[in-house]
Amino acid sequence: MLEIRDLHVKFHNRDREAVSGVNLTIQDGEILGLVGESGSGKTVTAMSVAGLLPRRSCDYSGEVLLDGVELLHAKRDLLRTVQGKSIGVVFQEPMTAMNPLMKVGEQVSETLLLHTDLSKEDRYWCAVNALGEVELDNPEEVYHKYPFELSGGMLQRAMIAAAIVCRPKLLLLDEPTTALDVTIQAQILKLLKRLNESHGTSMLFISHNLNVVRKLCTRVAVMQRGVLVEEGLTQEVYANPQHPYTQHLIAAIPRRDRREDV
Amino acid sequence: MRYAVRKVLTLLMTMLIVSFLAFLAFELVSGDAAVALLGTNATQERLEALREELGLNRPFMTRYFSWLAGFFTGDLGVSFSYKIPVSGLVGQKIPATLTLSLMSFVLIVAASIPLGMWSVRWEGRKGRVWRTIDAVRTTFNQLFMSIPPFFSGILISWVFGILLRWFQPGGAFPTPAEPGRFLWHLLFPAVAIALPRVAMTVRMLRSTIIFQMNSDYVRTAISRGNDRSNVLWRHVLRNALPPVVAFLAQTMAEVVAGSIVVEQVFGVPGLGRLLLGGISGRDWPVVQSIIVILAFWVVLAGTLGDLVSQRIDPRLRLGGDGE
Repeated sequence: MLEIRDLHVKFHNRDREAVSGVNLTIQDGEILGLVGESGSGKTVTAMSVAGLLPRRSCDYSGEVLLDGVELLHAKRDLLRTVQGKSIGVVFQEPMTAMNPLMKVGEQVSETLLLHTDLSKEDRYWCAVNALGEVELDNPEEVYHKYPFELSGGMLQRAMIAAAIVCRPKLLLLDEPTTALDVTIQAQILKLLKRLNESHGTSMLFISHNLNVVRKLCTRVAVMQRGVLVEEGLTQEVYANPQHPYTQHLIAAIPRRDRREDV
Repeated sequence: MRYAVRKVLTLLMTMLIVSFLAFLAFELVSGDAAVALLGTNATQERLEALREELGLNRPFMTRYFSWLAGFFTGDLGVSFSYKIPVSGLVGQKIPATLTLSLMSFVLIVAASIPLGMWSVRWEGRKGRVWRTIDAVRTTFNQLFMSIPPFFSGILISWVFGILLRWFQPGGAFPTPAEPGRFLWHLLFPAVAIALPRVAMTVRMLRSTIIFQMNSDYVRTAISRGNDRSNVLWRHVLRNALPPVVAFLAQTMAEVVAGSIVVEQVFGVPGLGRLLLGGISGRDWPVVQSIIVILAFWVVLAGTLGDLVSQRIDPRLRLGGDGE
């Protein structure tokens, strides 16, 4: 469904390529985990897919194909029809990723405004539904709240609602649980799993937390300094890591947390 | 709602203090109004009689409160030099100044928000052409910012009045009885007052917009498929407004000061000439009243600014109340 071919990205103000020669595919309904430390190029890879690269301040080459449509070099107009409709993005910090002066529900229904012909009232109910679907209590009440009136966990749910309201084929999740505490983290992971199962949404889940990836993802890819060093089924990679960097990462997981209870 | 009530109460308190200070200042500075009116060689009896007539021999606080009450009953005392009620004098001149001030304020708001948005339209483009456009824009901005209204007023009178004859400088100024001509003639001084303020507001709006453009929520908005103008108008503008609103409130206060000067250039029969005449003629009742009216305008502008900011940014409503 998504195919990244030989992606290279180099920012003008950096000496090294942020991403050098990444090849990745995501199948329909699959959750791919992308792990690596800060600066390894995970986020840049995802931004290239979402059409969020600052094109004027970087050089880029390769191909990003979503169901055969090339996005990396696509015109802005084409990109905008994909953004929000076929690809939803959830960012790390819900507090800053939401517009502080716009009601939460309006930010959810904005995606509908941009991509559907629904009437105002239909958009409202659609957004309320989406807020309910991400397990927010009293979705109608939440619709009318401003971001500062919600907790981080609730906001991240609302962000997910905004990302899935148009039923995108692909959801990009850029460290969606990093800013949240552990219990909330577990709830969000459960929610993502459920959305994946009920709608068949494919996901690219970025994290530096191997535990989280292990709970959620069927396949995992490991990045280091812009290069994809290992890729495979999660269980296999964890059981038998090939690359020394992966071995390092896995060895670094605190033992006690390796129980699988989610 | 409670926020608004509190703001209005603060406004009233401030006005009480300001009016007291204005009254006290004149009490201390102006000396004996009776002497000022009759001259130093007036007889003691005539002075006493006049003091009695003007109520000057009553205690200070009594006089303050009766003067203050006058603002509600419309009795602002009698002008020393014209010997007619101040309320009539001021009432006659207020329409011109108020219209002029509001007109220039509306011009400022109406021009600077679109211009500010337009000035960031191509922000971030690279290359020689864009750098040149940017330099030209900055130069014009600075130029307009540094032209004082009385000077642009003179230029405008010359170009539109004398060369183009769109209005008649120095002629009898139309009265509010002919609203069309009245507004048309006020448009020119209003533009003179607005020009530097528009330049300042545009510059400020531009920098807050550029600052906001780097926010995370902008990236989120783009990821939903918003185009640039949607991002700017729907997301960025509102976030960029609060500091600009505070600045505009200050501007609203200052356009009145601007009006008073520019009225002289265009011969507008407004408070300006009355105030200047009052100061040089030691006509304290007139000056005092105008000062309180101006102070009210300044405090009102600040209050309105706060109320508008609070409408824009709901986080400001946290200051002690719900809705």
